[in-house]
Amino acid sequence: MGTDFLQYTITGLTVGVIYAMVAIGYNIIYNVTEIINFAQGEFVMLGGLFAAFFVGTLHLPVFLAFFAAVIATGCVGFAMERFVIRRARNAGVLSLIIITIAVSILLKGSAMLGYGKDPHCLPAFSTRGPIMIAGAVLQPQVLWIFGVSALVVIALSFFFHRSFYGKAMLACADNPIAARMVGIPVRQMVLLAFILSASIGAAAGVIITPISLMDYDRGAMLGLKGFGAAVLGGLGNFYGALLAGCVLGLAESYCAGYLSSGYKDAVALIFLLLALFFKPEGLFGSEAATLKKF
Amino acid sequence: MLTVSDIHTYYGNIHALKGISLQVRSGEMVALIGANGAGKSTLVHTICGLIRPEKGTIMFQGAAIHGLLPESIVERGIAVVPEGRHVFSTLSVEVNLQMGGFVHRRNSSQIQEDIHWMFDIFPILRQRRLQLAGTLSGGEQQMLAISRALMSRPQLLILDEPSMGLAPLVIKEIFRIILDLKEKGKTILLIEQNARAALQIADRGYVLETGRVALEGESAMLLEHKDVQRAYLGQKGHLSTVPFAAKAQKRQRSCGG
Ligand SMILES: Nc1ncnc2c1ncn2[C@@H]1O[C@H](COP(=O)(O)OP(=O)(O)O)[C@@H](O)[C@H]1O
Ligand SMILES: [Mg+2]
Repeated sequence: MGTDFLQYTITGLTVGVIYAMVAIGYNIIYNVTEIINFAQGEFVMLGGLFAAFFVGTLHLPVFLAFFAAVIATGCVGFAMERFVIRRARNAGVLSLIIITIAVSILLKGSAMLGYGKDPHCLPAFSTRGPIMIAGAVLQPQVLWIFGVSALVVIALSFFFHRSFYGKAMLACADNPIAARMVGIPVRQMVLLAFILSASIGAAAGVIITPISLMDYDRGAMLGLKGFGAAVLGGLGNFYGALLAGCVLGLAESYCAGYLSSGYKDAVALIFLLLALFFKPEGLFGSEAATLKKF
Repeated sequence: MLTVSDIHTYYGNIHALKGISLQVRSGEMVALIGANGAGKSTLVHTICGLIRPEKGTIMFQGAAIHGLLPESIVERGIAVVPEGRHVFSTLSVEVNLQMGGFVHRRNSSQIQEDIHWMFDIFPILRQRRLQLAGTLSGGEQQMLAISRALMSRPQLLILDEPSMGLAPLVIKEIFRIILDLKEKGKTILLIEQNARAALQIADRGYVLETGRVALEGESAMLLEHKDVQRAYLGQKGHLSTVPFAAKAQKRQRSCGG
């Protein structure tokens, strides 16, 4: 009983952290542009597949593959903003959101053409065997997942609170008109937001692939759950996303363990719907953080 | 320094500015007065690059700036204190000021220096340094908005209705600050509905009515002008904020349906 609970908790936190990173990706783009980027899940998928390619085909060491995959996906984010979003920037926010759905379909299709339909794997970051804690199994890769996500969160906090560009991104989110009036180049900030979100999504994809494998079709579900976490945590709220991601992952894992794994995927949707019905500003959001334009 | 010639600006089908021309010379303070909805803020947004004019030219220090991005216009030396203040309310006072200096981001010692200079001009902001801007009082937010604009070291400072929504005593303080800036040699374009207060400290003035310049001239002349007195200054010794022209306009609109 206790062992099961511990095991479910570990599993839940592992996926929860991944959802949290997807949610943070949503938040970064949403904060600067009010766009909900439904291609966010595809960035996770691309990160995993790129890394699998760099290790499996190019035989890069896994750490190098991690950074290469993050950079490659960052370039995809760059291209998405530069060649798609920017061209349509005079369209309304809703049209832009629909465009992100189109991009997600495009990315998924390209991934299928490039990598096929089979799942790809990646070796774990360290080769030592699983650790036993009170009868529960802890894969070393799980520790990597926690470590890398913690690093991402710390780096982001640092970026947003210490660097000039990070603060400028917060300023754009706070008041886009004033941001333009003081001379913050909003277009560059939007580009930066897409690159950053894509890179964070890719990092999540690379660290989860050794545990859960990755195939072209995984982006949509990851994106949806990350979106659930983002809404639950209050859109635009980083720490909310972090907490909501973990809550969602845990709820899913307990549901799979104690009820039936068949309902697992419904948990995130139920949370999302409940949040939208009863508390659209999210658990940790303020009133002002409610979906701005719907 | 700034020459606006025959500017036409539209919002979709609405013809908001119908051929506006005005000039601000170096070292001068020019007042732009007009009723609510006359197009004052639209002109400000057109000058600072937030809206593209359909027609007309804007020259600043000898170069055309219409069609440039807002960030290039700030870099060239125009800073705006927007109507309604628009401070970054979820960021601290200090970060607000840093953002005001965004165009000088590569020179962090200058930004640090300027922040201290702002704190010397507005000591209250030093006390509130780490407070979120949204928690400041209206007057403090206006001081923050002004100092944020000054952080870019502008040649021309544009203030859009700095007295809006403030208590009379605070308005007095804000006007004292503006006059101070002028005496230090700043070139200022002051937009106001509070016509008397604005004309009293400005060198020259323009009166805007429904997207056109209705009148222009020396402040003293405008203060004495019959139409201005009737429409914008109200009874003697009484500060009017809702001029007759606006009331008449409203009446017309409701009749026109
Ligand atoms: N964003 C907008 N969209 C459409 N019409 C606008 C917009 N902003 C202002 N207007 C219209 O343009 C005219 C001028 O407005 P504005 O420049 O704000 O006047 P003022 O600053 O003098 O009060 C008004 O009739 C107003 O209704
Ligand atoms: Mg106005």
